[in-house]
Amino acid sequence: MISSAKNMKNGLATALLLAVPLVSSAWEFRGEVALEGRYFTQDSPYPQADYSTNGSGYIKPEVFHEWNNRDDLFTFIPYARVDEHDTERTHWDIRELSWIHVGNGWESRVGIRKVFWGVTEGRHLVDIINQTDQVDQVDGEEKLGQPMINLSTVRDWGIVDVFVLPGFRERTYAGEEGRPRTPLPVSDNAQYESSKENQRVDFAIRYQQYFDNGLELALSHFSGTSRDPLLIPDSLTLAELQALIATGQLPSGSDPEFIPLYNVIDQTGLELQYLNSGWLWKLEAISRSGQGERFNAVDGGFEYTQVGLLDTATDLGWIVEYIWEDRDDSLASPLASDVLLGTRFTFNDVASTEILAGIIYDTEDEEKAISLESSRRFGNSLKASLEARFYTDTGKPQSASQLYRDALRNVNTNPGLGPISRSDFIQAELVYYF
Amino acid sequence: MNARLLPAALLMALAAPAVLAQTPEEKGLEIAREADSRGEGFGDFQADMKMVLISKSGQTSDRELRVKTLEGTGEEEGDKSLTIFDTPRDVRGTAMLTFSYKTRDDDQWLYLPALRRVKTIASRNKSGPFMGSEFSFEDMRGQEVEKYTYKYLRDEPCGELTCFVVERYPQDEDSGYTRQVSWIDQQEYRTWKVDYYDRKKSLLKTLTASDFSQYQDKFWQPAKMSMVNHQTGKSTDLFWSNYRYDTGLSESDFNKNSLKRAR
Repeated sequence: MISSAKNMKNGLATALLLAVPLVSSAWEFRGEVALEGRYFTQDSPYPQADYSTNGSGYIKPEVFHEWNNRDDLFTFIPYARVDEHDTERTHWDIRELSWIHVGNGWESRVGIRKVFWGVTEGRHLVDIINQTDQVDQVDGEEKLGQPMINLSTVRDWGIVDVFVLPGFRERTYAGEEGRPRTPLPVSDNAQYESSKENQRVDFAIRYQQYFDNGLELALSHFSGTSRDPLLIPDSLTLAELQALIATGQLPSGSDPEFIPLYNVIDQTGLELQYLNSGWLWKLEAISRSGQGERFNAVDGGFEYTQVGLLDTATDLGWIVEYIWEDRDDSLASPLASDVLLGTRFTFNDVASTEILAGIIYDTEDEEKAISLESSRRFGNSLKASLEARFYTDTGKPQSASQLYRDALRNVNTNPGLGPISRSDFIQAELVYYF
Repeated sequence: MNARLLPAALLMALAAPAVLAQTPEEKGLEIAREADSRGEGFGDFQADMKMVLISKSGQTSDRELRVKTLEGTGEEEGDKSLTIFDTPRDVRGTAMLTFSYKTRDDDQWLYLPALRRVKTIASRNKSGPFMGSEFSFEDMRGQEVEKYTYKYLRDEPCGELTCFVVERYPQDEDSGYTRQVSWIDQQEYRTWKVDYYDRKKSLLKTLTASDFSQYQDKFWQPAKMSMVNHQTGKSTDLFWSNYRYDTGLSESDFNKNSLKRAR
């Protein structure tokens, strides 16, 4: 909770608020509030997180104001979540506090914002502007607000976006009482490669173009602090180390943590999309240096929708993607050689009922992550969703002692989905829009 | 959805008073072309739309959206349009950008505000329901003359007016229809009624337009359109309001940047 707050103190927010004239009638206030319940189908491997049901809720009000014939737009979106068990998941953030000004063929966007880059569904490789609010949603789709100055220009030959990113946001992680959580809790004392730590000013640029033969292309480059830290196990004291060698266990009362290490990286990204006769072909690729050896990663595949299934109004969409990465195995993501198969049933009814089922299958160690999501609307302002996530054929979660024993023996194995393997859950969520 | 949208779509055609020995096909095409030309030259317009979905048992559900359209000028290029969804509230802020073309499929992008993501619409869903209503995606799109073949059937009184009754056949193999029969008045070429026949050639839906007003001394637009599905008993009433022409829209209002801040 505190960590979210401290990163916001960069002055930008305050400066922005003062810059926006507070007079005019075109103010709009709205938002959403939600309740979430989770049931975990297995016992937690971590004694601090020994529970099977969890309740949570969030509120996300939105304030908009536009003036100057809509050439100026102000947006403010704070966000707060309360969680029954995990004090880290109880957190707040400013998702957006920004001023957009539209000029002739260009626009400036200043303040805290969220920007999405990418075309694929399996892994958002290219998307790098915002930090992931990992503790909020396990799918990584929820992002923290990022302070920025963004200039965008639209020309016949494409759209160019330039970003100056002052101030860095640390990734959020579940606490000791969280489910799912990391094998060791993640420390608040992050380490930075940059001497400016979280005050380094990062840069990014992106070019995108759409061709009327169905081809869409984007090229991007990011230079700055990686949004994606390496988690390094904390050093042990001599006493802890001796106990570990003697008994194989860390002494009781020893609570080592992961230290997140944020390197300065350079990442070049490519997004390609080609639409032909209802087949949407997608490719995302990155090359990153600065975090160990340079590595490359790719996510490519297609999306196709069968419309009017069996003479009903239902559409069935298919998503198939292959996700690959050539990073050194010990550092590789769990998605280093994986196949995503997703199906989406869209019923096209009054309630907008949808069912989405997906499986990510690791072709090397056969781990499977399965997700089922369904949602529908009730009336005009209420949306309900049911979600289930299961992990099968995974490695086992490691205890802290095991993790350090492996480190001592210099065993450098990739844990894959092991750490979250015993956190299968079913979730119901109700969102009210006001 | 797009372009001159329904209202103009409805303005189908008029036959120039019979030229020599015209075949019914030639006369049908001529009516379609005349109606189309009467919708041309609008430049740009904006309008608000409210849809009322009515179930078989009479339960209603509302959808509100706003449409901005820029007339196409090129040979191949059709209109460009931006549709912004206001209700139901869970889709509030969602916006759709459409580039229509005379002879090929439209390019469409959807902006999802929660994810700040622009997605290309790949689905060739033409016959599927638009927002759960009785209007399908193809009903909501720009009705380019080239996308159909035609046949004039007969003249028939419609209210105080006399209508041409014209049949048209979609050329698009993904269309949900085999034919559509339209009633078009001979005075102003407004479409008052359309019967839609499904792929099994049975009567599927009937559209009735009413409360026409003329804008810019030229363009006739209905304030109400009702689509009744004869096979399910469900219907959708569509109310147009706040029609504005010459609102100063330009190309720069129809790109991915403007889509992301459409609101």
